[in-house]
Parts: sequence; structure tokens; C-alpha cells
Amino acid sequence: MAEYWYYADGFEERVQEQLHNNPEAEVDLDFAIPEKDFNTAGKGSSELKNLLKRLGVDSDVLRRIAVASYEAEINVAAHSKGGVMKSAVHDDLIHVRFEDDGPGIADIEQAMIPGYSTADDLVRELGFGAGLGLPNIKKNSDAMHIVSDIGSSTLLEFFIFFG
Amino acid sequence: MTLRDIVALLEAEVLYPEADLEREVPCAFASDMISDILMCTKEPTLLLTGLTNNQVIRLSDMIDLSGIVFVRGKKPLQDVIEMAAERGLPIISTKFTLYRCSGILYNSGLRSCKI
Repeated sequence: MAEYWYYADGFEERVQEQLHNNPEAEVDLDFAIPEKDFNTAGKGSSELKNLLKRLGVDSDVLRRIAVASYEAEINVAAHSKGGVMKSAVHDDLIHVRFEDDGPGIADIEQAMIPGYSTADDLVRELGFGAGLGLPNIKKNSDAMHIVSDIGSSTLLEFFIFFG
Repeated sequence: MTLRDIVALLEAEVLYPEADLEREVPCAFASDMISDILMCTKEPTLLLTGLTNNQVIRLSDMIDLSGIVFVRGKKPLQDVIEMAAERGLPIISTKFTLYRCSGILYNSGLRSCKI
């Protein structure tokens, strides 16, 4: 399996510590993401944002989480056979995991290049396929991790700290 | 500039009667690509677009949109208009092209959003 890690400056240790200690989340929120269902796609991210707003997360951080989550949710709906979005809200951070049923990313480094897209015509007609999904997730995250391979499932997770 | 001013400048139609047109609009962004629009995370933004599907309204859950101008005579379907109304998101439609709308608003002093 190919693996990709991105850390914003100064976050590698905090993220690895989080993964190592694996503390129980304060709140868990899961959503199914059906394949090519663009009526539902994005609802998970909307509801996640509403929850975090109620919990008092700062509005700039909130927008970063919402944009990263929405892009990842759309990616699963647009490019995979469907999957799930699992959000774990901790005291000081949010950890969101997207797991799908394949078909996997052929070349993760290439998929990270702004403007590169494999979106089909249906997806493009809706205004997606700018080739900015993964770059937008990276831009808004403190850390991002992808594990994938062609013919396999994809895991994408990101971490955003509240302060 | 308020949305009411923008409706007049673009000879636009307001797509639901309760839309709040007194809202002050600080800046605008024009695109037909959703990921481009998601770069506008820094301030409330007026969006000019030819996209009319429900995901355009969904975007306003993620980022702060002051309103949406549908260009080239496009109008979303009723269920999409209702989604906007539920969110209190003003939406208007104009026959002008994206380029013309951008030129008119820019010349009238509406600046481009920070990205």
C-alpha cells in the first residue's frame, strides 16, 4: 500500500502522540457516503460543522474543518464505490477518517498536484473536478494521511487542532 | 454595497420573496468550480456562478456566503431555491454573463475577496 503523510509545521509530534495514546473521543459522529449520491453528499460535513459550532469551536477553525471535511466527503462520493466518514471530537482536536470501498488511488503524489483530476463527466457537470480536492484538504489541515493502492480501498484522515 | 444595489446593477430577479436584500456585501468571487469557491474562507463572500445544483447551496454551510448571483439567465430548481430560503441565503438571477456581472460590480466598487 502506498502511504502519504503531510504535517503542518510543528504538528508531527502532536499528531503522532495522539495516534499513540489513542484516547477515547468526547463525541463520535459517523455518516455513510453512498457512491455518486450528490443529493446527500456534504450533509455529513454540514452536520459536523453544526455540532462543532454548538461545542464552541472558533469560527476560523470551524471553516477549515468544514472545507476539509466537505472536500473529502465529495471525493468519496465522486471517486469511490461508497464509504464512511468517522469523526472523533477530542478536547483539543478533531480527527476525521474517510474509508471507502475502492477502487483506490493509482498515484497519490500525482493526485496531490493542484489541477490534476480524474473526475468523470457527471461529476464535472456538477462543478467538481477542479483537481483541488486533496490540495484543499491539505491546505486546511494540521495533518493529513492517505493510505491507498490501485484496486484497493482508500483511507484518508485529517487532524485539526482547536488552538 | 447592499444586495439591493446589486439587484439593480445586474437587473436581477430575486428568487424568493423573503430574501434579505439589506445585507452589506464586502466582496465577491466568481467561479463555476466548487473547489475554487471553497478557497473563499476568509470573509463573507458574494458568489457569482453558473452552477445551479444543490451543492452550491450546501457550500454555504461550509463557508460564509453573503448571497449567490446566478448568471447567464440560469435559475435553480424549486427544491434548491427552498434550500437557500431555509438557510436565509439570498439568491438572485441575472441574464448578464459572468464576465459582464464581474465588470459591472468591480467598476461599482465591489472588490475581489481575499483567498
